[in-house]
Amino acid sequence: MSEISHILPLSKPKEGISRTGTWRLKKPVIDHSKCVKCMMCWLHCPESTIDVVESSDKFVEVNYDFCKGCGVCANVCPVKAISMVPEG
Amino acid sequence: MVGGISIRELPRKKYLLPGNPSCPGCPEALGLRYLGMALGDRVILVVPAGCSTVIEGLAPNYSMRFPIVNVPFASADAVASGVAAAKEVLGEDAVVVVWAGDGATADIGFATLSGAAERGDNIIHICVDNEAYMNTGIQRSSLTPYGAWTTTTWTGKKERKKDVPLIMLMHKVPYVATASVGYPMDFIEKLRRAVLIKGFKYIHLHAPCPTGWRFDPSLTVEVAKLAVETGMWILFEAVNGKVKISPPSLPYRDRSRRKPIRDYIKIQGRFRTLTDEELKKLESMVDDVWDTLTKFT
Repeated sequence: MSEISHILPLSKPKEGISRTGTWRLKKPVIDHSKCVKCMMCWLHCPESTIDVVESSDKFVEVNYDFCKGCGVCANVCPVKAISMVPEG
Repeated sequence: MVGGISIRELPRKKYLLPGNPSCPGCPEALGLRYLGMALGDRVILVVPAGCSTVIEGLAPNYSMRFPIVNVPFASADAVASGVAAAKEVLGEDAVVVVWAGDGATADIGFATLSGAAERGDNIIHICVDNEAYMNTGIQRSSLTPYGAWTTTTWTGKKERKKDVPLIMLMHKVPYVATASVGYPMDFIEKLRRAVLIKGFKYIHLHAPCPTGWRFDPSLTVEVAKLAVETGMWILFEAVNGKVKISPPSLPYRDRSRRKPIRDYIKIQGRFRTLTDEELKKLESMVDDVWDTLTKFT
């Protein structure tokens, strides 16, 4: 594979080709006491930045390095456990 | 649990990687995630020019875990046919998916799409319909709806939206379906059903684009759901030419149960030039599409 990539213009998958967390104007903050573990935020996050960690108490975690702050998660949450807080 | 699939059973592997250069609230990014959840590692993507090419990012890295062939605009389905044939000869298990925008499906790439459908090549063509050429700066396409503003239709488009799913149905292909990013389980189910069928499969994915449609990025899913609830977008599935309206769209066969189209129009900036007369015309067009479709059920 590495030999071929010298001849052909091949790219390889890599997480975080740019730090998109800096684009964010509003930050999603999860109120874990309200969370009903429905996983809708994980399903609807366009960036794959919400992770489900079943072993942890928090259950869902946001990767703020790459979250663009679009707010889709806050909008689809059925119990409104996610609030969008302005950055800075 | 929605339909036959449980949300907890969906694979957690990330097929669209964080840090990709898509706009906030991008529906295509959502669609790519659902594609990964539905079909996983078997997918080989063929991507013509469009927003998806941008979402991949710049060499030497890219932000998806699918093998991708980037091709010129009009050749996508022809390339996919070749890839599928090669994989069949080699005896490898792969699902060749053409991930094309509305321009690459209905306008520029239509010749090869129609050709591949006629030959019955074993590929899935997914049209990600964001209803304009978003990648180059919101120019009108033949899938832009009536009355919508784009940078080339300042006073609103005067022509109607081309009904590509029905055109594909008339090619007599074994599988045609429409889906929406607002109904992920429906889309995943349709992909999993399509992959079991040998031959040409066509799925039309409705994808509301916050940048081009002029709405807040947090509303992507809400706008997609409103399109279905107002009857502007109809979810259906046709196996071997038999049309079946999908469960999310089923209540809206009855005109009185649909939400007013004004609800859908007013949250989008692209319909700001629409007059009441034009709205009535748009409403009659929606009824017309429903009438035509229900004739096939």
